[in-house]
Amino acid sequence: MGERKLRIMVAKPGLDGHDRGARVLARCFRDAGFEVIYTGCHQTPEQIAASAIQEDVDVVGLSCLSGAHRYLFPRVVELLKEQEAADITVIGGGVIPDQDFQLLYDAGIKEIFTPGASLDSIVEWIRNNVKPS
Amino acid sequence: MYFSNDVLEQTPKLRKQWEDEVKKAIEKQADQKELWSTVSDLEIKRIYGPEDIKDMDFERDIAYPGQFPYLRGNQVTGYRGRYWTFRMFAGMGSAKDTNRRWHMLLQQGQTGLSTAFDFPTLMGYDTGDPHARGECGKCGVAIDTLEDFLQLVDGIPLDKITTSMTINPPATVLWAMYCAAADRQGVPLTKIGGTIQNDMLKEFIAQKTFMCPPKPSVKLISDTVEFGTQFVPKWNTISISGYHIREAGSTAVQELAFTLRDGIEYVDDVIKRKGLDVDSFAPRLSFFFNSHIDFFEEICKMRAARRIWSTVMRDRFKAKDPRSWWMRFHTQTAGCSLTAQQPYNNVVRTAIEALAAVLGGTQSLHTNSLDEVWCLPTEHAVEIALRTQQIIAEETGTANTIDPLAGSFFVESLTNEMEEKAWEYIEKIDAMGGMIAAIEKGFPQMEIADAAYKYQRQLESGEKVMVGVNKYATGEADAIPVLDIDDRVETEQMERLKAVKRKRDGKAVKRSLDAVRTACNKGENVMPHCIEAVKNLASLQEICDVYREVYGEYQDPAMY
Repeated sequence: MGERKLRIMVAKPGLDGHDRGARVLARCFRDAGFEVIYTGCHQTPEQIAASAIQEDVDVVGLSCLSGAHRYLFPRVVELLKEQEAADITVIGGGVIPDQDFQLLYDAGIKEIFTPGASLDSIVEWIRNNVKPS
Repeated sequence: MYFSNDVLEQTPKLRKQWEDEVKKAIEKQADQKELWSTVSDLEIKRIYGPEDIKDMDFERDIAYPGQFPYLRGNQVTGYRGRYWTFRMFAGMGSAKDTNRRWHMLLQQGQTGLSTAFDFPTLMGYDTGDPHARGECGKCGVAIDTLEDFLQLVDGIPLDKITTSMTINPPATVLWAMYCAAADRQGVPLTKIGGTIQNDMLKEFIAQKTFMCPPKPSVKLISDTVEFGTQFVPKWNTISISGYHIREAGSTAVQELAFTLRDGIEYVDDVIKRKGLDVDSFAPRLSFFFNSHIDFFEEICKMRAARRIWSTVMRDRFKAKDPRSWWMRFHTQTAGCSLTAQQPYNNVVRTAIEALAAVLGGTQSLHTNSLDEVWCLPTEHAVEIALRTQQIIAEETGTANTIDPLAGSFFVESLTNEMEEKAWEYIEKIDAMGGMIAAIEKGFPQMEIADAAYKYQRQLESGEKVMVGVNKYATGEADAIPVLDIDDRVETEQMERLKAVKRKRDGKAVKRSLDAVRTACNKGENVMPHCIEAVKNLASLQEICDVYREVYGEYQDPAMY
């Protein structure tokens, strides 16, 4: 039996509809051999946490380009912790100014990818930092 | 025939000589790469000559401005009578913050206003709704009730300045607020001018700001067209938009084709649903294109767009008024072409894209600010972007003559090629039963997803270049000033909404919301009822909740 495939959920929290990056990444993760669940746009943090647990994912990748990441990203981590799913790695990306990085790291976001990050660098980070459980 | 026989007889000999020289030259120095293509991956030849446009007919295909097929523009005087409208998209924080930015822009020489709303407003939610947490004022202005709107347009003479509002699912509500605000200023509806974007099809295709399913969404749009035709004759009721399709990753041809096919769908619906004569409303339809970084491809796209639309309106819809044949459009430079790395390079990109839009004959233009990859633009960055337009208009000489690239072998040939490829898409979507049917199949969505993924892969491999990102990268961050929208805007806005709800007449609100509901249920025009409801201080979400209740909600099919 081979190693279980890494399961990743690409999620769009909040009302932001800029989904080009999220959809490109979903496809890229699929091509990289991950099992991908894409939530579509307009998910509340509650919906994202619930589906992440239900789908038993290893990673949640949050994408937000609306500027609401300071509320939405930490909220997802908080909800996962509350539901004893703190082992799920949460990463994020989008239009996120440098000045917000520390706040997000402190809230439990493990890595942040901003415009211009290469697909390969994101896949590599996940392979190096997350093992399928 | 565009060329005399003499020219066409000489051509093959001269061409052969040149080709022989090319062969020799390549032996000495090979080309840097094999395939040369546009940013949309359209292959471009080393040279274009008379042979590439020999089948063109000057009168039929090119002609002069103001003459069918309007390839060269609608206006016979070009930019000499007036330049395009310098219209910077602006909105952030509270209505008061945005009003202040608007006054700054008008003072700096801007000639029209353009409103960016925050996501809750765009999606038909009030500040404080659980769906809207954290979003208030972040990427546009927050509007909950007419009180906010009145503050937004404070000191703006609505009979003199035209305003564009980028608003889609709740377009009826925001337009109703604009009408009510005009009423407060004592300006009759016949005197106000502006645009509501009000293009839902591209939302399902690309921008993903949706509320109700496609069919009722289109019904609400036809309501606005009918209301505008009857009562607000200077208003552009739909801005049929390719911008977002392109930003979502489409090619230039896809942007052209899907946008025009969306336009066909709207015209069809208004004629069938409302029984309006095509010439009574078609002159008020406007368009909105992206100007991306591939200079000639953009110019050709805009020229082709005018020629396709005039043909569609005359031949498909039998419009008789030449104004119905005109494609009038706004352009915005491509946000997706800008880079977070080395952000000052974005000034250069935007200038080139703006120049393409002007050479393509745009009627109105927004130039992006250098910092928009990071945040809403700071005042200084916006000023540079506005000055870019003023430099093009008043220093470069570009506006001296109309359609200066006409007759270029390359430009005419590429215009023809893009038009042909767009027609192929339009015919394909016709065969599917129209754009709503195509959207339900996921056709345009997946075409765009394929193009976006392909482009991203080309960036990864270095086949396509973004300077500062995958080539000439320095690895150092250029620190630029970033505009931050304080999280306090949200709590203050929630307080404002509460205060309005306390002071308004609850019975009048309920009565007017019931009237909106009845209109929805009976298939009547909602606009008069919306205006009544906003005047009674019904909130944006209260009206949108009626739409959700009657028409249902659309869920993202999450295709990738």
